[in-house]
Amino acid sequence: MDLTPTPEMLAFRDEVRGFLEARAGDFSAGQAKDVFAWQRLLIEHGYAARTIPTAYGGYGAEPDILRSRIIAEEFIAAGAPRGMAGQGISMLVPTLLEVGSEEQKTRWIGPTLRGEIIWCQGYSEPGAGSDLASLQTKAVEDGKDFLISGSKIWTSTAAQAQMMFCLVRTEPDAAKHEGISYVLIPMSTPGIEVRPLKTMTGQAEFNEVFFTDVRVRQDQVVGGRGRGWFVANATLKHERGMLGDPNATEARLGALIELMKTEVVDGQRIIDNPVFRDRLMQLQGRVMAMKFNGLRLISAQLSQEPVGVAGLVVKLQGCELNHQVAALAIDALGELGILYHDGPHLRARGTWQRNYMFDLGLIIGGGTAQIQKNIISERGLGMPREPKPAVL
Amino acid sequence: MDFALNSDQKMLQESLSRTLADASPLDRVRKFADDLKDPAKDVWDALSDFGLPGIVIPEEHGGLGLTLLDAALASEALGRAVAPVPFMGVVLAPLALIGGGTAAQQAEWLPKLAKGEMTAAVAISEAVAGAREGAGVTAKGGKLSGKALFVPGGMAAGLIVVAATKGGLHLVRGEAAGLSRSLMLNIDETRRLAELTFDGVAAEPLGGGPALLARLRDAGWVLIAADSLGACDAMLEKAVAYAKERRQFGRVIGSYQAVKHMCAEMAAEIEPCRALVWYAAYAFDAAPEEASLTAAHAKALTSEVGRFVARTSTEVHGGMGITDLLGLHFWFKRLGLNRQLLGGPERVREIAARLQGLAA
Repeated sequence: MDLTPTPEMLAFRDEVRGFLEARAGDFSAGQAKDVFAWQRLLIEHGYAARTIPTAYGGYGAEPDILRSRIIAEEFIAAGAPRGMAGQGISMLVPTLLEVGSEEQKTRWIGPTLRGEIIWCQGYSEPGAGSDLASLQTKAVEDGKDFLISGSKIWTSTAAQAQMMFCLVRTEPDAAKHEGISYVLIPMSTPGIEVRPLKTMTGQAEFNEVFFTDVRVRQDQVVGGRGRGWFVANATLKHERGMLGDPNATEARLGALIELMKTEVVDGQRIIDNPVFRDRLMQLQGRVMAMKFNGLRLISAQLSQEPVGVAGLVVKLQGCELNHQVAALAIDALGELGILYHDGPHLRARGTWQRNYMFDLGLIIGGGTAQIQKNIISERGLGMPREPKPAVL
Repeated sequence: MDFALNSDQKMLQESLSRTLADASPLDRVRKFADDLKDPAKDVWDALSDFGLPGIVIPEEHGGLGLTLLDAALASEALGRAVAPVPFMGVVLAPLALIGGGTAAQQAEWLPKLAKGEMTAAVAISEAVAGAREGAGVTAKGGKLSGKALFVPGGMAAGLIVVAATKGGLHLVRGEAAGLSRSLMLNIDETRRLAELTFDGVAAEPLGGGPALLARLRDAGWVLIAADSLGACDAMLEKAVAYAKERRQFGRVIGSYQAVKHMCAEMAAEIEPCRALVWYAAYAFDAAPEEASLTAAHAKALTSEVGRFVARTSTEVHGGMGITDLLGLHFWFKRLGLNRQLLGGPERVREIAARLQGLAA
């Protein structure tokens, strides 16, 4: 354990703080005025895409948990927007770095980092949720191309995306996990239809995507034909990391504390109510534990030491905590917490209400809480898998 | 620059666990629990050979001169082994002497404590957890009067650090006239608590004031949290091992999701506590401005997780879980004591809120 700031680190903190002060006019209320310019600026200074090699459009720094932590802390303190964090940047880029061809890395990573290409993820299907490997969207060879038919669901940003990274069955006769390929598909290809999927929040955060004889070149496969399941697992690992990001939870907890200090019932601030205060402190302890768990994971990654269960619990606990933070905010708001959509009494444009509903979706998505518990118990604790029943 | 234990710390934990496995297996713990007169001197001697009594005592006084993180790792190993050893005083009394003692007081006590020739206890329960039944000790003209409750290791201690209600910390010699002790039988049979009565007992004041008392409180919280972490680890390991062996309806019960999800939930609750306990212990020495809040949360969270794990592990063991034969109850009860000692989670969280200016 050594997290003492060296003079070098103190200087780095000053540098980040100086940057954010100088650029304070480029953002307000946590939003960049020009998100593309802001993203380019962050990459240039190493505050986004920090460890992506420069050859692929990143900043090219060595991984460094102290600097990463300083950046995260200073951005939170300044209320500054972090770099873009779509599925392209968070999931596709790490996957390409791990298993992509040189041509794929050169072509896709740079524009993705700069926000010029938005990606969506084509994994789940109506019939393949937790049992993702049972997916049926098929890709049939046709000369140098594949013809893709089938459908995907829970596809965020499909309407805005130029590209999709998608799992399709290329080898129908191979075993379940070995017949899948990971392909990159332009969303403008004829035969793709995107239908918005409205959720309980009232918005369509997801889509359904239908494929009818969609023609894609075979060289758009990442990581080799029939290897898609293993490539996807690399991506899912990154998604689970993103979904449980403790920095995001900590920022929300900060907003909750502010809410409880400003909202008043019968002349008493919510924070002065001991029941609410205790609930807040319970959450703060858990958020703090997940934050240090996150530091431990980054540190272990750098020194390539195994951490066992610590990495497997992030998605489960992080998503649960986000939901609980939103739930406490709604309870702190009381009757104000049932307002929604619009109106003069609505707080934070309904963000807490929307998060409360949307975060439940994130507990389910990206591997349900129950699937996470299977992973923790089987991979982390070495417990046996549930035997397959003889008759379905 | 890393967030991990170093190789010395890993070695400390492993070798202490081996020492405990030899010197204090469950049969030995059971003997201590069954015989209130058993001082477990053999266990203490083995730990003294290891150097544990001097873990935080500076080398110039014959100790190992290690940090609170090292002491926390030792505490974790003791919790894991439900060792019948009073550890709070081993760490807190030297910290009190280092932080508030004169050179003469340090020279008199620290070498003896480091050798394990005698043990020390710390009576700060009223100051930290609040006074029950009007307990409390007052200092007047160098004499202490009153009562201190829930003193771990207080029955056998040769030196006692006492927090007076007003007037700070004091040193009391074990043989001082007017000091009487009685055993407070408690749920955790692996550790003994004393009720100390002071009737005009001669005491030497320590410096350091309320800030030193807060440091002792923080260190105590971290040690208890680490003990709970070790006990939780042991209870989870036992549950998993049992679930992999026990067969019902033709299958090991660990293959049923109902059972393995219980184990996964325990692991998911325990694992983040580990990073929090490490950090709180590290902050005590390296980042004092963060020490109190992180120690409070470490204590409160491990109390909540400890209750959940104690109950859930017992349930995974089915009927066997509640028997004396299996001995799982030693961990269950250890966690029960840890939850309340130096303040239950509700009280500790209220202090956490106060530390941030969120409560009056």
